[in-house]
Amino acid sequence: MSKWEKFLDTFFNARVMEKYLPDILSGVLVTIELAVLIVISGLVAGLALALVRSLGLRPLNWLIIFVVDLFRSLPPLVIIVLMYFGLPAADVSPSGFVSTWISLALVLMSFSEEIFWAGITSIPKGQWEAARSTGLSFGQTLINVILPQALRLTIPPLTNRTIAITKGTALGTVVAVTEILGQASSAVSNSYNPSPLMMGAAAYIVLFLPVVVIGRWIETKFAWKR
Amino acid sequence: MEALIQSFFNAEIAAAALPIVLDGLLNTILLSLLVVPLGLLGGLILALLANVRHPLVRWPLMAWVDFFRAFPPLVLLVLLFAGLPFAGLELGGFACVAIAFFLNTGAYYGEILRAGIDSVPVGQVEAARSTGLSGLQAMTYVVLPQAVRNVLPDLMSNTLEVVKLTSLGSVVAVPELLFQARQAQSVTYNPTPIVMAAVVYFLILWPLVRLLSRLENRALAARR
Amino acid sequence: MAAAIVEARGLHKHFGALHVLKGVDLDVAERELVFVIGPSGSGKSTLLRCLNRLEEPSAGSIMVDGINLLDPRTDINHARQRIGMVFQSFNLYPHMTALGNVTLALRKVAGKSRGEADAIGRQALERVGLGDRAGHTPGQLSGGQQQRVAIARSIALEPRVMLFDEPTSALDPELVGSVLGVMRDLRDSGMTMVVVSHEMGFARNAADRVLFMDEGVVVEQGPPAAIFENPSHDRTRAFISQIQRH
Repeated sequence: MSKWEKFLDTFFNARVMEKYLPDILSGVLVTIELAVLIVISGLVAGLALALVRSLGLRPLNWLIIFVVDLFRSLPPLVIIVLMYFGLPAADVSPSGFVSTWISLALVLMSFSEEIFWAGITSIPKGQWEAARSTGLSFGQTLINVILPQALRLTIPPLTNRTIAITKGTALGTVVAVTEILGQASSAVSNSYNPSPLMMGAAAYIVLFLPVVVIGRWIETKFAWKR
Repeated sequence: MEALIQSFFNAEIAAAALPIVLDGLLNTILLSLLVVPLGLLGGLILALLANVRHPLVRWPLMAWVDFFRAFPPLVLLVLLFAGLPFAGLELGGFACVAIAFFLNTGAYYGEILRAGIDSVPVGQVEAARSTGLSGLQAMTYVVLPQAVRNVLPDLMSNTLEVVKLTSLGSVVAVPELLFQARQAQSVTYNPTPIVMAAVVYFLILWPLVRLLSRLENRALAARR
Repeated sequence: MAAAIVEARGLHKHFGALHVLKGVDLDVAERELVFVIGPSGSGKSTLLRCLNRLEEPSAGSIMVDGINLLDPRTDINHARQRIGMVFQSFNLYPHMTALGNVTLALRKVAGKSRGEADAIGRQALERVGLGDRAGHTPGQLSGGQQQRVAIARSIALEPRVMLFDEPTSALDPELVGSVLGVMRDLRDSGMTMVVVSHEMGFARNAADRVLFMDEGVVVEQGPPAAIFENPSHDRTRAFISQIQRH
């Protein structure tokens, strides 16, 4: 066997790959499920917090700022580990899947709240005044006048942040989530062959590269023009 | 309530775990001091290459950056740590972390620095070159200082992410903060050490988060 | 004199330690055009912004068209429909077309259907001479056109009184005329107006009454000719001669 053939036989072993393909594919499904849940719940919660914050209720806002700062400061893996290994001591035992989902959703919530909030506050006061002077209520002004402008402004930073946090689904492997990396790792230790890991890596690229490319496109498309 | 405190804020266990956790903190700091400059170096190389506006450089470069933006850093780390030994290359956790961060965070730093360099008007280079500075000198003394200043919030935000990412070292047995806390937890069967690690992360990173949210607010307002 | 549409009594406004309005009374009769002049910082813009409660007065009372504006039971959003306001910086919504700007409050506050609102909106744009610009976004319009769209946004709601806060100050000189033209048409159609502005020529020709404010009080008021030719206070005289030197 030449060196090259040996390399191929080790890292891209057809027999091993065929055997573990179903595992990797089921991992892909779990990753997609997790990612969709994180993105939806994280962004909805982030927007909701930003809207509540715009009401300007002092003690509530301090609480929001603290929560947001907390989840921006803590490494996502620390939050996941704390939930999965720590909470059982309080008689709550979330599964690895739920721990990963909730942890990353909290992180995305916090980052997106900051971005939504920055977007809302960057709209000039005159827009509020003009809308209120025609009789629109606070809520109507927020929804019809302020948010459409603010959201447009926030789309590029939000896209990048969402992608970066969603990639964190791989962290689930530390708490036994059977997503792509988890499946690939256990396949490697079962087969004594790194080919499943290469498949896993390829799966991540297939999943996330289009998202990154679309993100790049969105970034140029939504660059603010007046 | 009593039981919760016993579980999560157990003073006895905290006292016992403190030396272990502090040891981890020291390693996290050392690791950060290694990987942040490494990532910046990788980013600088990419940004300077991006300045060569030839399609043969530009497209592969963009593909490189997008590849690492799409690739989860943990997967990269595991690939190096668990994959390379099959090729007869055992690097150890520390070296794997260093390489993975060089590649991953380098791509992010590279995008930021490239945007910074793009934000400096061409006239600056022309003025510098007209006084006899070489291309490299113009870049070093005129363009880069302005570029860095223009994207300072983004650079700081990425650095925050890099420091947080060092917690991935725990997966490949680098004895940083999270790893040490988990060791202590598995010995004591009590999550207090992990809570301690979380508190330590929060205390050292909170000032940076506060500063950043001020800067980001201003940056977004200026975009209009 | 016809019944007053605006009756403001004893208005005070504090911004922290700053006392911006120090007991201002203002009556505006139906179909009257009141012109407010004064140096910057005199409180004239604050007075105007109190009249639709964009600023909350610290003390005093305001009746507009029989509605007590400062009564907590008053539906302020409903009341504001009767009080049009035009801003120095236009404040058009950049993400909507001219027609979208004009019809938003018609649909959301007045509860008109989209079809009804569009018809009223087009009419309003027609009135300010921009019937052909309904589909343009603010970014595609000149400053003068933007300000006329802002006026259309107000008149579409059929207000009983309109407030103008330095409507031409942000415009290039060659665009001022078109906005003043629209304001004159409005006046001729019988609209009640309170105008804060430095356009003294317009004041001379179109105003029924001129108010001179300084340091938070109304120093004097009267017909334009009297105020401009024969002011009774030194402060008024000084201000007018300073303005006219420009």
